[in-house]
Amino acid sequence: MKERLKAIQEACLAKIEQAGTLDALNEIRVEFLGKKGRLTEVLKSMKDVSPEERPKVGQMVNETRSKLEGRLEEVRAAFAKKIREEKMKAETIDVTLPAKRRESGHRHPNNVALREVERIFIGMGYEVVGGPEVEYDYYNFEALNIPANHPAKDEQDTFYITGDILLRTQTSSAQVHEMEKGRLPIRMISPGRVYRADEVDATHSPCFHQIEGLVIDKNITFSDLKGTLAEFAKELFGENTKVKFRPHHFPFTEPSAEMDVTCFKCGGKGCRFCKGSGWIEILGCGMVHPRVLEMSGIDPKAYTGFAFGVGLERIALLKYEIDDLRLLYENDVRFLKQF
Amino acid sequence: MNTSLSWLKAYVPELSCTPQEFTDAMTLTGTKVEGYACMDADLDRIVVGKILQIAPHPDADKLIVCQVQVAKDGAPVQIVTGAKNVSEGDLVPVVLDGGRVAGGHDGKKTPGGIKIKKGKLRGVESCGMMCSIEELGSSKEMYPEAPEDGIYLFQKELYPNVQIGDDAVEVLGLRDVNFEFEITSNRVDCFSVLGIAREAAATFRKPFCPPKGRKTGKLGNASDEISVEILAPELCSRYVARVVKNIRLAPSPLWMQRRLASCGIRPINNIVDITNYVMEEYGQPMHAYDLDTIAGHKIVVRRAQDGEKFETLDGQVREVDSTMLMIADGEKAVGIAGIMGGENSKITDNVQTLLFEAACFDGTNIRLSGKKLGMRTEAQAKFEKGLDPNTTMEAINRACELIEELDAGDVVCGCVDVYPAKKEAWRVPFSYERTNQVLGTSIDKETMLSYFEMVDLAYDAATDEVIVPTWRGDVLSQADLDEEVARFYGYDKIPVTLPSGEAMTGKENMAHRVEDLGREVAEHYGFSEAMTYSFESPKVFDRLCLAPDDKLRQTVTISNPLGEDFSIMRTLPVNGILTSLSLNASRRNKNVRLYEMATIYLPKQLPLRELPDERRQFVLGFYGDGDFFEMKGVLEDFLRKAGLKAQITYDPAGGKTFLHPGRQAKVLYKGKEMGYLGELHPEVADNYDISERVYLAVLDLPEILPLATFDIQYEGIAKFPVVTRDLSILMKKEVLAGQVEEVIRKNAGALLEGCELFDVYEGAQIRPGYKSMAYSVRLQAKDHTLTEEEITDVMNRILKGLGKLGVELRS
Repeated sequence: MKERLKAIQEACLAKIEQAGTLDALNEIRVEFLGKKGRLTEVLKSMKDVSPEERPKVGQMVNETRSKLEGRLEEVRAAFAKKIREEKMKAETIDVTLPAKRRESGHRHPNNVALREVERIFIGMGYEVVGGPEVEYDYYNFEALNIPANHPAKDEQDTFYITGDILLRTQTSSAQVHEMEKGRLPIRMISPGRVYRADEVDATHSPCFHQIEGLVIDKNITFSDLKGTLAEFAKELFGENTKVKFRPHHFPFTEPSAEMDVTCFKCGGKGCRFCKGSGWIEILGCGMVHPRVLEMSGIDPKAYTGFAFGVGLERIALLKYEIDDLRLLYENDVRFLKQF
Repeated sequence: MNTSLSWLKAYVPELSCTPQEFTDAMTLTGTKVEGYACMDADLDRIVVGKILQIAPHPDADKLIVCQVQVAKDGAPVQIVTGAKNVSEGDLVPVVLDGGRVAGGHDGKKTPGGIKIKKGKLRGVESCGMMCSIEELGSSKEMYPEAPEDGIYLFQKELYPNVQIGDDAVEVLGLRDVNFEFEITSNRVDCFSVLGIAREAAATFRKPFCPPKGRKTGKLGNASDEISVEILAPELCSRYVARVVKNIRLAPSPLWMQRRLASCGIRPINNIVDITNYVMEEYGQPMHAYDLDTIAGHKIVVRRAQDGEKFETLDGQVREVDSTMLMIADGEKAVGIAGIMGGENSKITDNVQTLLFEAACFDGTNIRLSGKKLGMRTEAQAKFEKGLDPNTTMEAINRACELIEELDAGDVVCGCVDVYPAKKEAWRVPFSYERTNQVLGTSIDKETMLSYFEMVDLAYDAATDEVIVPTWRGDVLSQADLDEEVARFYGYDKIPVTLPSGEAMTGKENMAHRVEDLGREVAEHYGFSEAMTYSFESPKVFDRLCLAPDDKLRQTVTISNPLGEDFSIMRTLPVNGILTSLSLNASRRNKNVRLYEMATIYLPKQLPLRELPDERRQFVLGFYGDGDFFEMKGVLEDFLRKAGLKAQITYDPAGGKTFLHPGRQAKVLYKGKEMGYLGELHPEVADNYDISERVYLAVLDLPEILPLATFDIQYEGIAKFPVVTRDLSILMKKEVLAGQVEEVIRKNAGALLEGCELFDVYEGAQIRPGYKSMAYSVRLQAKDHTLTEEEITDVMNRILKGLGKLGVELRS
């Protein structure tokens, strides 16, 4: 019996070693370990074995079975691995073939810049508010200390609808609306479209965008204006950006200033971009003129404030080095794609 | 405003700085220097030389060989030239070997200049070059004595003291810097050399020395020669007249010519130059009339008559009207006040006696008149800003002083001055504490007062008031004094702080958030953001095939547009997107998708009495890959994300003339119109030159806004199984999928988990006029597993409902 089992085992192992495929292994499993397999035959012939020998023989059969099963599994696993490897090898792809993308759309550069500016000021506790583009003369001029026949009124080449309704020339009109609400303190920015009668060319457009900023509270100082805008410039143009304030004139602020930032191309050394000066003019600002506060019902003795206005196109053009304003209104996708 | 450094130094003699230092410092005190040009930047090694001998060139007919003495001692140098205007004995500017000139003989400047080296011209050695005025970087306009063509010659009469070997650049007055200033409209006083000089003196803390002024006049009395009457005092606050007899016209001296040239003014003769000189110096325009042409020796300042014709001294006949101010004599108009004098009274070469006018006209009126006449003269530009009437007297006296200095005539004593309401200095209460409070500084009072003193703002300690001279019309209140302190203290020295006070939270309003969501969704679907003009041409309505009486043709119309193309505020947001798509199509860009958050402007009534309704509309458009249903998907995705979770329905009766009649729909939410979408009408596509199918969608954000919410409430994921039943149905073609779905939704009620159309068929297998549709209906209960009876019940109800639409189950 022992010899018989040994012979079966050897025959089986020999066949296993010769088996070249998973199917062949399966056949071997059936032949030796199947219901009618040779090892099962041995078990079936147990009835011929003496009862005292039976446990021993049974154990021997089981040992043989587990040995053969073990070996079969080993070889099967090796085959399976080999087959998977071959399959994977066959499946190798050229990873440098072009990507499949569904092209998503792009934000207009103006709004990329606007979003950036809004993010900065919201972070500093400002509220974003809107205002009408078709506006009364009063809000665009008079309430901003630009009375009738003021030269500034002419300088801005206003589009008129009727005698006292016009297309706003500056987002500063939003200041007046905000102040008239009578809720103090104020910290707001108001981005929007403004209009001036400039013919279209590389640097002019009859409609463009500004962002107005207004802060009104007790004890607001010019130094607060400087600090706030310096912070803004650093956020927008980078930590190393320096600012310079130059006296300027706006009818609705006094003192007034223009702010320059160090040229972000050359870092202030002077280059073609900043026309050699190292500085780039970025915005107008100033302390809200007491007359303006008064006209909107705020007591200039109790409250002070500062205001600023940024040209959005100017920021977008500078930040992305766009050389022609007209590109912003053409909407050629090859242009838009770059933002 | 342009001025040379040398002219400024005439009034600030101690001024000593480099052009760059001047630029930086002036800009920081508020007189912005836009730029400067060193006139000698590209001039190097140029001396006065004397031509000793001229000989013909052995090998060239057109060249001559000159021996030129270029230094007091030493041998002459040999220079070959083609110039024809030189003779032996002439003094000329010579650039020596290794020196530089600014440009070519044609007047074109070369950046960095042109280096001149020793060389041979047709075999003869030439050690330098004799220069024309153009080569020195200037022009005959500015140096009228220069020859039309050829080498500049230092004439004895003009340069009596010039020596061989002198620095020719210096002699020509080219060792100077021209500054260009940007003057803000409030600083009228700085549109003059004296005004800028005053600022420069204050900026550099140097003494300011304006012309002292002295008594002028030798004979007679002006009031015997001329009388002045102002009939329109509202437009002319002052008129001063003086008379000069025995005019001796001649070129003005070089120093005056050079200074005028630095302001870009061409020298003409002593009289014209004096008026221009004084205009630049004081900012006060002057006019000179030939007194012999002034009828009755009488000046009348009056309004023009409507339709009056007048010939200005440039020979043009212009029509004036009663809004404009004229200068007239006893009989006729002789000038348009503040803008231009008349042909009939202008100074000619034969002038004997002249009348100087220095007046103060209303700035706004001059501006409007100039605009109406389409004129823009130097004088007008000055008047427009609103001048100080007190300057007129100083200016006219200065002009007479120069007449005497230049010996251009004999000044008549006295003047005629009509000045009905004298402008006096005013007082502004001043609190230095307030200034510190506003600036965030702690500057002491003495320092502040010293700043005021530098610019002639006097301080009355008794009343704590600042007394403002009349030329500083911009200083009216404490805030203006704050600025004076700030600019002389230095904006850069003011501390940098952040606002104190209660902290505030930044906010974005809902409209803003919804718009931003729209942008994100659109971009997700491949749409790029466009930006288009808010105004357009009324022709757009025809292009969009709008009916002649369409309400959208009622527009907010610009009364002074740049042209018809920019004349009306849009009432529809689609033209911008279509124009942009058209541009892309013409540039052969494929599969273009654009969107815009566009404002439209709907008048509430016409003519406009109140502000129009400004509505933000979310407009999307594309051509190329995609169809109607893709656009529909974008809209639905946006509306869902904006919190509009209920059923969105579509009404095919869109009613838009610019959309395909069979391919458009209104977008409805709870029965309200949120917008529309559709394929562009082929005729409109033709009008925009787009050959592909275009799909458009417009959502009216003010309608969506009240429904939008970003509040999300989690609903548990259902634990009970979903049952799917397929529904294969047959119906007339006219029955809409939307109607079928409506029936399914209504009858399945809360048990409906979802339903999907998975097949639509029309064709041979189906009877004509009919179509078949197959829906997959998914049912689910939240709290139990559905029983077979429940499912059958729902499906029967659905079928019954469909039956009412004439829909039958397909066998």
